[in-house]
Amino acid sequence: MRGLAPILVAVALLATVPLITSSNVVLNFLVTTFLIALVGQGWNLLGGYGGQYSFGHAAFFGTGAYVTAVLQVRYGVNAWLGFCIGIAAGALVGAVIGALSFRSGLKGSYFALVTLAFAEVLRIIASVAPITGAGVGTLIKLDLRPEAFQFQSRAPFYWIVLGLVGISLVLVRMIENSRFGAYLIAVRENEDTAKALGVDTMIVKLGAMTVSAMIAAAGGCFYAQYFLFIDAGIAYGPWISIEALLAPIIGGVGTVFGPLLGALVVKTLGELAKLATGDAPGLDLVLYGCILILAVAFAPRGIAGILADLRHRLRPIGPAAPASQERGNG
Amino acid sequence: MVSPVILVPAILNGLMTGAVYALIALGLTLIYGVLHIINFAHGALLTAAMFAAFFAYRLLGLDPYVAAVFLTPLFFVLGYLLQRFIIGPAARGEDRNILLVTLGLAVVIENALLYAFRGDTRTINLPYAFNVVEIGTAFLAVPRVIAFVVVIVVALGLWLIMQWTDTGKAIRAVAKEKLGAELSGIDVAHIYAVTFGLGTACLAIAACLLIPTYYVNPGAGNAFVLIAFTIVVLGGMGSVAGALVGGLFVGVVESLSGLYLGESLGQIGIFVMFIIVLLFRPNGLFGERA
Repeated sequence: MRGLAPILVAVALLATVPLITSSNVVLNFLVTTFLIALVGQGWNLLGGYGGQYSFGHAAFFGTGAYVTAVLQVRYGVNAWLGFCIGIAAGALVGAVIGALSFRSGLKGSYFALVTLAFAEVLRIIASVAPITGAGVGTLIKLDLRPEAFQFQSRAPFYWIVLGLVGISLVLVRMIENSRFGAYLIAVRENEDTAKALGVDTMIVKLGAMTVSAMIAAAGGCFYAQYFLFIDAGIAYGPWISIEALLAPIIGGVGTVFGPLLGALVVKTLGELAKLATGDAPGLDLVLYGCILILAVAFAPRGIAGILADLRHRLRPIGPAAPASQERGNG
Repeated sequence: MVSPVILVPAILNGLMTGAVYALIALGLTLIYGVLHIINFAHGALLTAAMFAAFFAYRLLGLDPYVAAVFLTPLFFVLGYLLQRFIIGPAARGEDRNILLVTLGLAVVIENALLYAFRGDTRTINLPYAFNVVEIGTAFLAVPRVIAFVVVIVVALGLWLIMQWTDTGKAIRAVAKEKLGAELSGIDVAHIYAVTFGLGTACLAIAACLLIPTYYVNPGAGNAFVLIAFTIVVLGGMGSVAGALVGGLFVGVVESLSGLYLGESLGQIGIFVMFIIVLLFRPNGLFGERA
């Protein structure tokens, strides 16, 4: 399979971090960064490759988180099983929202609006429904056993989230190299032409949305297990929808490594801002908003685009960059 | 059935609330009609305007209705500058970029307000806020009646600007045929910015009408903006008359569903209506099908 080696090397290198340091600060930072990279990869599949910009990935993240947490707390389901069911539930929500909106022919701004509205409806329902703990939220009981998906140290969590990121990277790379991936990019570049050439654009978009939701839901499930507490604002709040699209846009939309690169940069800048100003509410998001605007204005292809340009400049007669990175001027 | 004694005031109150919704939606639909973008920063700008009206009263002692006279031109200029120097250049005419830039602006404004003023909810106490007017069996709060009248006047004024001034004609020309307008010597970037400014100015007026009876916190504007989105979609994107009728309609629906279903479910009613309209009539009840 083409292009898998860099992913395996990167994941293997990152996997050594807990062996080098046992600092909780470093591990915690990397775990939250990888979490954003994971959810961002979900967004990237639909938004970056398929061109369908969702402003409501919180809908899938939150569903994963709530299903995992509620199954454990209220029904005594094993945490690992709850994790799997949570991912499936997120994928189902993605398929339903996708089927409804693509069937109605929503795209562009309309698609962004309807995804945002679905996430908001779920947030309001979660903040009043008794099963989610309403305004109080849901607390998963502390039970530090591997069978309960809880660990004494942060290292196992680190490896698990890194593993999930690794799986998402491989999955997106495989999709990129597949016929389905080619159809998806065709839909992004020109949906009408793709349709005219016989691509079933409805099925392609729906498939991408389902897998995208599944990846985002995995992030939500992991969040619930790692922090052991969620409420409506965390699970379905706009923050996760924004970070999910910020990471790939900063890193490079429609590139496999974009979300991971973007998450690392964005989270590092966020931490630096917190160090510089103290932990003030809202300041990190002000920074993210500014970065988003600046990135759209000056680096529409993200870090991956800048790197590709640099490589091109250093080797003017070398082979052209892969098609997946030639994006942003369309 | 509920007796007319309750029903009539509920409908009248719905119309009063709906008028302010309509004004917010008017700004949104104006921007959409000309620039063909959904302004995701609309809610954050409304919040900013509400804070401005709040502090104009708290610090300068300005009555919100007096403050409107100053805040409206101020927000017009703010909107003009935002479109001319940030949104326009950053987006380079690509729809996806505009979505992201306005979303980025919304995040920046909202969180800057959160950082500056914390999450506290603030209200102002006007001496006449609880005065009522009696119309038949209904008692209507004075600020809401004022709001209703002001909105009608503003909508009429906007219509006159669009119909009779050169700028208004240029705006309509750009909305219809951007390239043609550019070829006949209209400065499109300027017209875009003027339109964005007008949309933002509507928010300043709406904020001054809201603040006497409503509270402000860094998320206050968002509650209105999803309603405004609903109205705009309902009335047909870009249709000014649609926004007015849609706004009044949604106000009444909200008031009645609050009456029959209770407050928190009434809120969900709006979202559900929004999603249903978006899914089944994305061009609006009055718009033609794509």
